Amino acid sequence: MNPKLSRRRFIKGVIASGAAATSTTIWYAANGAERPAGAVERLIRINVNGQTRSVDVAPQETLASTLRYKLGLTGTKLGCNRGECGACTVLVDDTPSYACSVLTHSVKSMRIETVEGLESANGDLHPVQQAFVEELSPQCGYCTPGQVMAAVGLLRINPNPTREEVRQGLAGNICRCGSYDSYLNGVMRAAQIG
Amino acid sequence: MAYMHIGKDFVPPDVVGKVTGRIKYSEDYSRDGMVYARLLTSPVPHGRVINIDASEALAMEGVFGILTADDVYPDGEPQSPGLKVLTNEPTLIGEPILAIAAIDEKTAETAMTKISLTIERLPFVLDPLDSLVEGGPDAYNGGNTYIFREGFAQEKWTTDQVASFRSGNEPTAEAQQGWAYGDLEAGFAASDFIHETTFSTAGYPHMSMEPRSAMAYWENGKCYLHGTSQSLSAIAEPMAAIVGVPLEDFVFINEATGGGFGQRARAGSIPSMAIPAKLSQKINRPVMMRVTREEEFTIGGARQGLQGWIKVGFKSDGTMAAMDMYCISDNGGKGGGGDANSAAGGVSALYQTEAMRFRNSSIGTNTAHRGAQRGPGENQIMAIMAPIMDKAAEALGLDRLEIRKLNAAQNGDVSGSRSTPFTSAYMPEALEQGAAQFDWEGKKSRARQTNGSKVRGFGIGQGYHNAGRSGMDGIVRLMPSGRLAVHNGIGNLGTYSYASTSRAAAEVLKMRWEDCDVITGRTDRHLPITSPQDGSNSIFTNTRTCFGAAQDLLVKMKEIAAMDLGGDAADYEIDGSRIYQQADSSVGMTYAEVAQRGIELGGKFSGEDELPEDLNRLTQLSVSRLAGSALMGVYHDPRHNNNPPGFTVTFTEIELDKETGKIEILDLVSIAECGTVVHPQGLANQLRGGAVWGIGLSVLERHLYDPQNGLPASTGYWQSKIPTYLDTPANIGTGWVDLPDPENPVGARGIGEPAMGAVSAALNAAITDALGGHLFDTAPVTTDMIINHIAGVSEDAVPLAQNNFRG
Ligand code: FES
Ligand code: FES
Repeated sequence: MNPKLSRRRFIKGVIASGAAATSTTIWYAANGAERPAGAVERLIRINVNGQTRSVDVAPQETLASTLRYKLGLTGTKLGCNRGECGACTVLVDDTPSYACSVLTHSVKSMRIETVEGLESANGDLHPVQQAFVEELSPQCGYCTPGQVMAAVGLLRINPNPTREEVRQGLAGNICRCGSYDSYLNGVMRAAQIG
Repeated sequence: MAYMHIGKDFVPPDVVGKVTGRIKYSEDYSRDGMVYARLLTSPVPHGRVINIDASEALAMEGVFGILTADDVYPDGEPQSPGLKVLTNEPTLIGEPILAIAAIDEKTAETAMTKISLTIERLPFVLDPLDSLVEGGPDAYNGGNTYIFREGFAQEKWTTDQVASFRSGNEPTAEAQQGWAYGDLEAGFAASDFIHETTFSTAGYPHMSMEPRSAMAYWENGKCYLHGTSQSLSAIAEPMAAIVGVPLEDFVFINEATGGGFGQRARAGSIPSMAIPAKLSQKINRPVMMRVTREEEFTIGGARQGLQGWIKVGFKSDGTMAAMDMYCISDNGGKGGGGDANSAAGGVSALYQTEAMRFRNSSIGTNTAHRGAQRGPGENQIMAIMAPIMDKAAEALGLDRLEIRKLNAAQNGDVSGSRSTPFTSAYMPEALEQGAAQFDWEGKKSRARQTNGSKVRGFGIGQGYHNAGRSGMDGIVRLMPSGRLAVHNGIGNLGTYSYASTSRAAAEVLKMRWEDCDVITGRTDRHLPITSPQDGSNSIFTNTRTCFGAAQDLLVKMKEIAAMDLGGDAADYEIDGSRIYQQADSSVGMTYAEVAQRGIELGGKFSGEDELPEDLNRLTQLSVSRLAGSALMGVYHDPRHNNNPPGFTVTFTEIELDKETGKIEILDLVSIAECGTVVHPQGLANQLRGGAVWGIGLSVLERHLYDPQNGLPASTGYWQSKIPTYLDTPANIGTGWVDLPDPENPVGARGIGEPAMGAVSAALNAAITDALGGHLFDTAPVTTDMIINHIAGVSEDAVPLAQNNFRG
């Protein structure tokens, strides 16, 4: 995927392609008990946080389901499971993507990064995480991993954004606690630390 | 007063877990052998289950069992309002009827399709006034309202009475409840400006980000429930009762909660957590019940809508002389809350109305269940009141800031039906500080200036909520390691007050925060009872308990030192790691040593006896399980006397586009008046988050239901119009008055709810200002209403409509 592809266009594309299932369908897919009728390979390899993982994936399984329920990466949250909130945001080839609205089979050849992959080997927080701690950006924290990943994705293509650019860049991530201003402070600080 | 911790920022222990994704919410847990539950919910807005045939579903491979209302309520469902765990008498679409457990969710969903549900459709209603009219449908079996201690009842008005109310007149029917003070008639007679209007405010869902998923298992006769709440300890006992297990055998686990906003405060507002617990008991396996966004909408609660009439009188000097308010409160499908009463109390508190009458009737509709949502009542009415204050100022030739200062609550003032004094009140100071920070004097002349299709509007808003309780308990332990354990049962939903209130204990003992541990997250860590983290109360209530428990510990430390080292307890001083004689600091012992001595001495020192009277049952249980482990401080907080207020003030400048109806917030400053500031970053977050919520109330959020079938149309984030980054300003200015309250040991009061009300008020006032003084008398004021107004189109297809588009 072109990293310059805007996130909105990407999401729109996913929805238009019909990959965004209704939430009920996603619940079905989450456990993937059913064998596919066709010849879809189920045991696939995906690259998550720099490691290749073999995982048994049902044809309609979403990336969020695979990450959370197959790989135990529960840092990726599900707020709506239908492409509305951004709680499930991960990076797919550097592009922030709604993991609830991406089929795992469609990203087998891509690099997936989740919130669990950001800390350095010695345990240091990523600058975005560090800045979010210093600014006390999270409130309840449920949207936080998604906000973190959206911010990391934004800073990769725009390391010195204006506050308005951050506002636009994170606009796909809802925070019901209304911590937007504190997240903006966090991203601006991260850009300085970065 | 110089504090070590109070008023200082710190890194709350859970924040790293939040930015790394390591902290766990209920749905993040799993357990060997865990199976999955799915819910079969009501397809109709009002019905009665005639029969459930699950035989085919239960015969499926991988299906372990079902739970129905008959399992939960073998003696029949309680005939009272409120959400049931499961029901055979649904009064809203999506209400859970049964749960089925299977090896995975797909199997559970497939099994669900094989259940034959026979349900009788009953008449339904979406607007309280459509039910109130004679012959109108009733939302509940047995009526359209619930009278306390009497049961369900029918409340009907004549067609003319309803029509008259809808067309703007004072209701003439007798109300279900009310209160009054002062001489209302004399107040209106003395008034030079009287504003009389009907108004409506919308209901809308809480939409906490985390759906209320829950997981439960049983082990050695104990029930372990991973859930979500606004208080671990306040939930524990009533939740154990709902599950049907003794408190001693119930463990509630809740490290983090993804938003509460009022609907996770009490066990009764989140009874669905009992479903996996009961299913797990029935099938003898761990059960995870993941809740979808749609289910969260249905059982996750909603703000009450209000349909009302008010008449407000002002004297020539701007004093609010009289206020008369009559409300119809939308109780939704499961019985509601007390929004209207709080709204009236809020007006009394904020504007110091000399005479006041309040009347209310609560009427059910077959819509989402209602209950407390951030500033229930106060925040809706402030959005209605602020434009009225401005209209009065204009009519009387007064400045908009001055009329507010004139009516503002100050020390010594009282409010409400019982004329309760405030513990302290500094609203004029808050108004002045806000005006200075916003530069009201410099900016106000720009009001109504145009730039192409855009016009400027300015607004001042004020918010209020009663912000403190008492009567709870505290436990602290000084460990043989010298560390302090502060046991705190407040929920962890983003205010960080579980940690910031614990710092009051560190303050008393002069301990470094690094030497303290907050013990929370699960009830088997032995928590004291706390008030739920609702009603903006945590800061006031739990600094009192943590402070009190630490003082009890300090007394015991001094007693031990005097016993072992000689002299009198009063001769001893502490420095955060040692207790020593004031006259000779070399005579002393370390905190670790004194803790060890406390354990050796036992008895009252280690929590074995001489405990405070009136300790809550949960606290007693916790203390008994901790006894002997440390030197313990245990405290039961006596009741405080007066009303601790949380006050806020907001100033805003907007640009309203007359072509699109869109509003852009150019500047917004919110000031808190909440006593001594405990945690500046946490307070700023509350003010910012409150602002976002205020924007939602003022211009975006409302319920929408399909009138033909009663289907909810706003079950998702986008349809219910939760504010996003782009609906909110890129900068929200914050500030605080920071004057201590005498009824709190560190001078603090709460703020979470009024932080929203002031913003909704300021924004509605700014819209009115931009439109040359037009009052919509409603919240939200949406773009379509603005466009219709500008186009001269009637705003009201159905006046006072609830749960639907207004026009
Ligand atoms: S959970 Fe994926 S967008 Fe909400
Ligand atoms: S911090 Fe609670 S939803 Fe964003």
